[in-house]
Amino acid sequence: MISFGLTDEQEVVREAMREFAEQVLRPAGRPADEASELPADVMQQVWDLSLTSTQLPESVGGGGEARSPITNAIILEELAFGDAGLGLAAASPGLFAFAVADFGTEEQQKQYLPAFGGQKFHAGALAVLEPSPVFDVTNLQTTAEAKGDSFVLSGKKRFVVMGDRAEHFLVLARSTNAAKTGFGAVDAFIVPRDAAGLSVGDVELNLGMKAVPTVSLTLEKVEVPAANRLGGEEGIDAARLIAGTRVAGAALLTGLSRGVLEFCIPYAKERHAFGEAIAQKQAVAFMLSDMQVEVESMRWLTWKAASQLEQGTDATKAAVFASRYAATQAMKIADNGVQVLGGHGFIREHPVEMWYRHARTLSVLEGVAAV
Amino acid sequence: MIDFSLSENDQKILDYVRSEALVARKYARHYDENEHEFPPEALPEADQFPGVWGLMGERGEEDSGSSVIGMMVTMAETWGDYSVRMRKGRGVGLGNAALGAAGTPEQKEKWGHLLLSMAITEPGCGSDPSLVQTTAVLDEETDEWIINGEKIFVTTGCRADGVVLWATLDRSAGRAGIKSFLVEKETPGFVVAHKEKKLGIRADDTAAYVFQDCRIPRGNLLGGKEEIPKQGSGGFRGVMKTFNMTRPMTAAFGLGMSRAALDFTREQLEEAGVDLSYGAGVHGLSAAAAKFQELEALQEAAELTVARAAWMADHGMPNNLESSISKAKGGSGVRTITQGCIELLGAMGVSRDHLLEKWFRDVRITDIYEGTGQIQHMIIARTILDYSREQLS
Repeated sequence: MISFGLTDEQEVVREAMREFAEQVLRPAGRPADEASELPADVMQQVWDLSLTSTQLPESVGGGGEARSPITNAIILEELAFGDAGLGLAAASPGLFAFAVADFGTEEQQKQYLPAFGGQKFHAGALAVLEPSPVFDVTNLQTTAEAKGDSFVLSGKKRFVVMGDRAEHFLVLARSTNAAKTGFGAVDAFIVPRDAAGLSVGDVELNLGMKAVPTVSLTLEKVEVPAANRLGGEEGIDAARLIAGTRVAGAALLTGLSRGVLEFCIPYAKERHAFGEAIAQKQAVAFMLSDMQVEVESMRWLTWKAASQLEQGTDATKAAVFASRYAATQAMKIADNGVQVLGGHGFIREHPVEMWYRHARTLSVLEGVAAV
Repeated sequence: MIDFSLSENDQKILDYVRSEALVARKYARHYDENEHEFPPEALPEADQFPGVWGLMGERGEEDSGSSVIGMMVTMAETWGDYSVRMRKGRGVGLGNAALGAAGTPEQKEKWGHLLLSMAITEPGCGSDPSLVQTTAVLDEETDEWIINGEKIFVTTGCRADGVVLWATLDRSAGRAGIKSFLVEKETPGFVVAHKEKKLGIRADDTAAYVFQDCRIPRGNLLGGKEEIPKQGSGGFRGVMKTFNMTRPMTAAFGLGMSRAALDFTREQLEEAGVDLSYGAGVHGLSAAAAKFQELEALQEAAELTVARAAWMADHGMPNNLESSISKAKGGSGVRTITQGCIELLGAMGVSRDHLLEKWFRDVRITDIYEGTGQIQHMIIARTILDYSREQLS
C-alpha cells in the first residue's frame, strides 16, 4: 500500500529532532566549521538523545527498538537541516554500530556494541572510500586475502569519518576469493586501531563539512583473525550495507537543501531592490519554487529506498536513484542559495557559503552515514 | 506507515490495465497518422477486457487509496497509449474530475457516467482565467442559464458527451464571478466549431466550442451556489479547487508515456550490450548507462510527487501546493526524459518505425495544458512565500 504517513512515534521524533537541530546544531555549525573542530559539548548532547543505542538490541545495552531505516532517514534530514557537518558527526556512531547490529555474529555484537549504549560519546568508523578518483564500491582496491585462520588486508582508505578517535575501524575490502564478483566480493573487517601494519593519517583538510574529522588509512598486510570478519563465515550483505549509506547520504542532502530553502525565503522577502522584495520577482521566486519541488522529490526518493530497506527487499536501485538525484539537486539548490543572497551569499557571515561547500563535499561521498 | 510497495490487489489492477494498454498500443500509430479518425469505441479485442472497475471494487484497507491507485491506473493506461482507449464514457474526462470535486451528490449521480470535457481557455484568455468572457445569465422566468461565448483547446471536446465550462455571472466581479456549468451535447446553441491539428496526442481530439444563446437548466450550475462572494476570491478558489486532482492526473498522463519511452530505451540499450546494472558508483558506468539511470531517477521522483498529491487527497489534506509540485515536476520531467531517450538511441529514436518519437511529441503538452509549468511555479512560489496574487504575479 502506497503511503506517506508517518507513525505517531515518527512524528514525535521528527518534531524533537527539528527543535534540537534548530536550537543546538544550527548555532554551533558555523563556529565548528571555522574552527575545523567538533564541539565536544554538542556531541555529548547528541549522544544523550540515544540516536544509535535506541535501535540496538537490549542484550547489548541498547533500547531494543526495531531497526528502522525510515525513522533514521527522517532523523538525518532534520539533523542536516540544522547543520550537515554536525548532523553527519552526530549520526556517525551508527555507521559502525548499525552494521555490526545488522550483520554481526552474536559474539561480535556482544563484544563491540555495549560501548554504544554507554554514557559517553563513542565513535564508530566505517572505511569505504579509497583515494582513486575512479572509486567504485563494487570493485574495491583494498583486498582481503584468506591466510589460515586469519585475513590479510592491504590497501588505502580515505575520508574515514571520526577516524581520528575511533577505537575500531570497519574496513570494506574485496575478498580475493575469485568465486565472487561485485558486491558479493565485498567483506567488512573489524580492525583495531593498534593493529600491526595499520597507519592512521592526520586529520584531512576538506572543502566542506570541516567540523567532521576524517582521516586516511593505510593498510600494509594488516592481519586480523577470521573472527573479525563481520558476519563470520556468512559475511555481510554488502549491497544492503551500501544501499543504507546511500540512503543516509540522500537524507542528509535533503535536510541540507531544505535548510538552504528555508533560509532563502525570509531573506528574499526582506531584501528589497527596485521598489519591491526580490522574492516578488519571478526570477528569484522561481528559484525558490524549484528548490521546493526538488526538496520534496529528494525526500520521497529517500523514503522509498528507506522503506525498501526496512521491508527487507532489494533497495539497490532505489538507493542509487535517491543518492544520485539528491547529490545533483543539493548542489544545484546550494548554488542557487548563494545566488539568491548575491554578494552576501559569498560572505561568511551568512551560512549559504558554508552550505555551498557542504553540498559539494557531501554529494560526492559514499559510505559516510548510515540508516 | 511509510510504504511504497504495492498490495496484491494494487498489483492485480495494474497488471490488468497494462495488458489492456498493450492492445491500445497496437493501434497507437494508426490513429497518430490518421488524425481525422476517431478511435473505435470498442477495439476488436474489447471482449477480452471486461473493465478494471470490477477489480477496483474489491479493494480494501490493505490497498492503496483510491486517488493513489487512480493515478497509477492512469499512468498504466497512457503507458499503452495516451488516447487510444478501449471504450469511451468511463468518466475519466477532465470535466469528470471537476464534477467529482465541485458537483452536488445529485449532479454526480446524474452526469457521472458521461465523458465530460473541461472548457476554460478562450481565444483571449489562457493561463489567467479571471479574464473569462463567456457569460451565464439567469432567465428567472424559465429557470434557465443562457450561455454565450467561445471556448478553445477543449481536450476530448469532440468525443465528449458534455462539457464543464467556466463562465462569468458578472464580468465586473472579476474572478469571484466565475462559476462552472455543465452543458450536454445536443443542447441547442452549443456548437463544436472545429478540431485542431496538433504536434502530438492526435487521437485525443481538441475542439473549439461556440455557445450562442445556449439555454441550460438552472440546476446545471456545478455545486449549486449562485451568489457571488462579496470579498476576495472565495468563489474562484472553489473553482480552482477542482484542479487539485486534475493537476497530478495531467502529470500522470505524461508520466505513463515517459515510462514507456524509458522501457523501450532500456530494451534497446540492453540488446546493444549496454550494462545498466545499478550497484556501482557512477565511475563504474558507461556514459549511456549513467544518462539512462539519471532519467529513470527523474521519472521516479516525478511519479512520487504525483503519488504524494494523490495520497494527501485520499487523506482529506489540502493539496494545492503538492498538486502544483507534481504538475511542475511531471511536466518538465517528461520533456527531459523523452528528449533524453531519443538522445540515447540516436537515429532509432527519431524513426517512425518505433513509438519513441511519438511519445516525444505526445508528452510535450504535459507542461502546457492544465496550467503551464510557469503557472505551477507561480502557485508554488506564492504558497511558500505566503504571497497574494498581487504580491507576486
